[in-house]
Order: sequence, then C-alpha cells, then structure tokens
Amino acid sequence: MKKAAFILVLCIGLLLAWAAKDFPSWGDPQSPASSSPVASHFIANTGVDTEVPNMVTAVLADYRGFDTMFETVVVFIAGLAVFSILRGGPKNRTRDREFVVDFEPDLIVTNTVRLIVPVIQIFALYVLAHGHVSPGGGFQGGVAMGASFILIALSWDLKTALARFPIERCFTVAALGIVIYAGIGLLSLFLGGEFLDYAHLAKIFPVSPEMARYHAMLGVEIGVGFTVTAIMFALYASLSTDGRMRDGL
Amino acid sequence: MGLELFNTLILCLLVVVAVLSLWVRDLVVSAVVFAIYSFLMCLLWAEMGAVDVAFTEATVGAGVSTVVLIATVFNLKRKAKD
Repeated sequence: MKKAAFILVLCIGLLLAWAAKDFPSWGDPQSPASSSPVASHFIANTGVDTEVPNMVTAVLADYRGFDTMFETVVVFIAGLAVFSILRGGPKNRTRDREFVVDFEPDLIVTNTVRLIVPVIQIFALYVLAHGHVSPGGGFQGGVAMGASFILIALSWDLKTALARFPIERCFTVAALGIVIYAGIGLLSLFLGGEFLDYAHLAKIFPVSPEMARYHAMLGVEIGVGFTVTAIMFALYASLSTDGRMRDGL
Repeated sequence: MGLELFNTLILCLLVVVAVLSLWVRDLVVSAVVFAIYSFLMCLLWAEMGAVDVAFTEATVGAGVSTVVLIATVFNLKRKAKD
C-alpha cells in the first residue's frame, strides 16, 4: 500500500514538473498576467486614483477591499472555531505529555525578551502604518504584534501573557477590527458611494478624494491588524493548552 | 548567471527540505524543517521582487505557523507512528 502510494505520488510529481515547462517564463511581458488590461490599468492609475506608492496594498485594501474584508472575517472565524472546539471537548481527557514544563522562567531568556518585545512591537506598528508606502500592511504587522505576545507566553508562561491580553479581550479586539473595517465601508455607503468606496469619505473629512482613499486604506489596515494580532495570540493560547488556558508551554 | 545559480540552488534545497519534513519521525523536527521550507520560499519571493509576499511568508510561514505547530505537537505524542 505504501509503495503504491509512493509510486502514485512520484508519477504525479513528475507530471507536474513536466507541465511546469508550459508556464510563461518569469517576468515575461507576453504572459497572460502581464498583458491583461487589468494589470496595466492598476499600474497606470493607482498613483493617480489613490496617491498610494505601494500598488500591492492599493489593490489589496482598495480595489479588492471586499475580498480582504472577508479574509479578515475568515481569520476571525478560524480563531473562534479553534477556541470553541478545544474549549468544548471532553473535560477529563487523558493527558500524558512527554514534556515536563519547567515552571521557573529562565533569567537570561526573560531579560532578553524584555529587551526584544518593545522593539518587535514598534516594528509591527511601523509595518502596519507604512503598509501603503513600503511592503507590509495589516496582516504582516498584526502577525508580528501577535508574535510578541506569543514570545511573552513562551519565555515566562501563558499566565503572564494572558494577564496582559486576556482571552476574552482577544476576541473583543478581533471583532473590533472587523467592525472598523466594515464601519469604514458602511460610512462610505452612507455618504452616497458604494460599500468600501472610500473616495466619498472626502465629503466629511477635509481632504481630497484621492487622499481620502489613502487614509481610509490606513484605517482598514489598522482594522485588519487588530483582528490578526488578537487571533494569532488566541490561536496559540488555545492550541498550546488544549483549550484549558492554563499550564501552557 | 549568479541569479540563475542561486534560484536553482534554492529550488533543489526546497525539494530536499520538503521530502525531509515528511521523512523525519520526530514531529518537532518536522515543524522546524517546515520553517526552513518557508524561509527558503521567502528568499525566493524576495529575489523575484514580490517583497510583500516574501514578508507575509516570513512572518506567517516561518514565524507564527512554526510556533503553532510546535504548540500543537506539545499536546500530542512527539514521535509519529509511520
């Protein structure tokens, strides 16, 4: 059985490698992705429409903002699902861990983390705020911010990290992120545009329609960052303790 | 062509690492090998100019997903049966 599976996998792998030579070569201007009118439209008009230098963020948060909003909702639902599945399991599961947790936090590790965590958090905020100027954005900044809380949980224990960011607050913050995102969308809807058509925000803020889109993108990225930060930490807290929120890694 | 050589080297390493991550019995080692895979992918994306994707791969793939995998292994038997 194992041999048959291996041969099958090998055959399909070779087939894929053989099919890969039909792909257009990297950076080919004649390839369908490069020659489509949509790509040239974005390249020509992103700077004019939104004044955002980073086209990736402009496409992500503005042109296809609806998609990104529901990506954020997917992250939220994933965190909620992991939490409720692990929390709702049988309470008296047999627990035979192979690792013995040393409950005394190490002096060198904790002092190093004490120095590193502020730097990580400032870098995360920088990535979040500079998402439309340089590479980065809500997802990356949020993950870096969540990782700083995970680092606290790893170097001290989960209780210390949960004292700073309780699990209930995680889900409140995550929901708040989606509310920020959808709120900006709804605000532009009420101002006469379509859902997530940020240019109409210029009617209530003293900026041009282009700069309104620029700033609304930042607001939307902040919403994404809230959700991703909270869910990353909630995911770690749920998975490392099997849903019991104590005696973690 | 230095860049071609670099790409070929990384692609060969990717195949080796992908096989290795399934080969090893120890799940913690497997998770760490997955992190190496993500890091190599991140290098490839960055080299091809897709810096946003490389950034996401570095934070999500090599960073948080490794931690989540190891946190999960912590609650399982460490050695895989097959």
